[in-house]
Amino acid sequence: MSKVRPSPWPSPPAGEGTGAAGSLSPFEGESDWPAGRMRAQFNTRFNGLTMRAAKNTKRNLVTAALVAPAAAWLCVFLVLPFIAMLVFAFCERAPEGGYQAAFTFAQFANLPTRAAAFWNTLMLAPAGALLCLLVAYPVAYYLAVRANPRYRLILVSLVVVPFWTSLLVRTYAWMYILGSRGIPNLLAMIGIEDVRMLNTPGAVLLGIVYGYLPLMIMPIYVSLEKLDRRLLEASADLGAKPVSSFFGVTLPLSLPGVMTDVALVTILLLGEYLIPQLLGGGKVFFIGNALVDLFLQSRNWPFGSAIAVTLVAVVVVVLMVAMRIAWKVAGTRQVDLV
Amino acid sequence: MRALVSSVYLFLYAPIALVVLFSFNAGRNASEFTGFSAAWYGKALSNTFLVSALQNSLMIAFTSATLAAVFGTMAALGMERLGPRMRAFFDALFAAAIVVPGVVIGIATLVALVAVFSFVNPALAMIWPGDHPPQLGLGYGSIIAAHGLFSMALVAMIVKARIASLGRDIVEASSDLYATPLTTFRLIVLPQILPSILAGFLLAFTFSFDDFIIAFFVAGSKTTLPIYVFASIRRGVTPEINAIATLVLVASLLLILTARVLMRETKSKSGE
Repeated sequence: MSKVRPSPWPSPPAGEGTGAAGSLSPFEGESDWPAGRMRAQFNTRFNGLTMRAAKNTKRNLVTAALVAPAAAWLCVFLVLPFIAMLVFAFCERAPEGGYQAAFTFAQFANLPTRAAAFWNTLMLAPAGALLCLLVAYPVAYYLAVRANPRYRLILVSLVVVPFWTSLLVRTYAWMYILGSRGIPNLLAMIGIEDVRMLNTPGAVLLGIVYGYLPLMIMPIYVSLEKLDRRLLEASADLGAKPVSSFFGVTLPLSLPGVMTDVALVTILLLGEYLIPQLLGGGKVFFIGNALVDLFLQSRNWPFGSAIAVTLVAVVVVVLMVAMRIAWKVAGTRQVDLV
Repeated sequence: MRALVSSVYLFLYAPIALVVLFSFNAGRNASEFTGFSAAWYGKALSNTFLVSALQNSLMIAFTSATLAAVFGTMAALGMERLGPRMRAFFDALFAAAIVVPGVVIGIATLVALVAVFSFVNPALAMIWPGDHPPQLGLGYGSIIAAHGLFSMALVAMIVKARIASLGRDIVEASSDLYATPLTTFRLIVLPQILPSILAGFLLAFTFSFDDFIIAFFVAGSKTTLPIYVFASIRRGVTPEINAIATLVLVASLLLILTARVLMRETKSKSGE
């Protein structure tokens, strides 16, 4: 047994350690160190700190330089325009068009005159997104689970390619098909006369599904592909039929991805202009069409700004609801498979 | 199941195929195919308005995508080093730039720029020494700025996701072996995030090249290809538009194929 030296420091709590020199008690070393060594260590630590401080300033400068251009861009072309639009919404329309300074809620009080645009948008955007989901989910499921791995890359590319091509051109193609010389013309040949397809809500919905299908398929495909196959095997081993495996395992696990996907597409649809313009032909119009009219044709900027501000508010509400649902679903269902 | 999926693919491609087919139609009639001819392409390409719109679109897309790739990547790298609060703040701003509808971005930019110009132009006229002071106005600059906003956020998001998926250990190993931060960045980080930067650039390019609604608001008197196509569609469906539409489709197709080839090459190089 070694002798315990008397020390000026409070003795380490006995119990866990043996109290003998050379034990691994965390207090041991400190109590043994002479004051001089302590100071030396403090000094090197202090020098380390000043060096670290200098290093930190340099580091901060580099960080600032890296984010500065993006920050400036966001301020000048996102934050500032937003403030400007908000200010305009409380202005008055000048007699010759454009705007004049004022502070009035008249523009917001005027919103009901465009109720039809809001109604169409708030009905058709979520409906279009859900319809899109109904078509997209089986395709995504097939690509992720059923498709032959040899052809998977090609099949996925074939879904991606339309997304990369102009929405204007793709929507225009449907104008062609649904127009009077397209399907109605063919129907007239077999005796069904006077079918109107273009400029109906159905045409707009079709355009929405067509335009946003790739965007709906891809995230669902990604979330289904990441799904751990062992879970499905386990489910089958436990005697589940493929159908109940799907509803018990695959579908719930892909739900968070599906939710955010539907929310994303809905939000993009809330601001849609081209599809209702080309396929709705002024009969089925969205908020976006009202905005183009107010800014570029009738030049009522303050009223247009008020509508745009309201549209942003709607987008924010949809986003918050979607995030809350996704959070809830993810919170209770997420399985960590790392 | 397979039948369902096949019909979805048919649904995706039949309209596009129809436009391409009818762009080769010899006759004027949009509903009857009367024979093959490339005449409408000749007509489209000798249309000076169309060609200049195409040039404008390419220039705007290239400039905004390049700026977005550079600044977006810088921002993604910088955000890694920010504190959690500042990072959340940037995340929110970037998310806003992506989620806010294009219509609203277009309007807000239009309103703000017109308001700013109404102050700046008289001031410029006062202090300008010569007779013809420069008049700031809407045009290429405003389209590039508005497209760049979305594209930058897009690149930042993509690159940030890639950085987050990188292993920290290889970066630490590099600095343990006395590589300077810059060397570590050049040899370790950059090769790994390059595919994402390229993907972001090409995505940004196609976004800008295809965007109609933002440019519609902030283009001023300038015309981009989508604005030109939109205006001609409103005048009526003609085979010439089909030819233009086919050219746009082919351009996008070449872009995405280039992107895929580039990305695969970079991937196999950095994967070793």
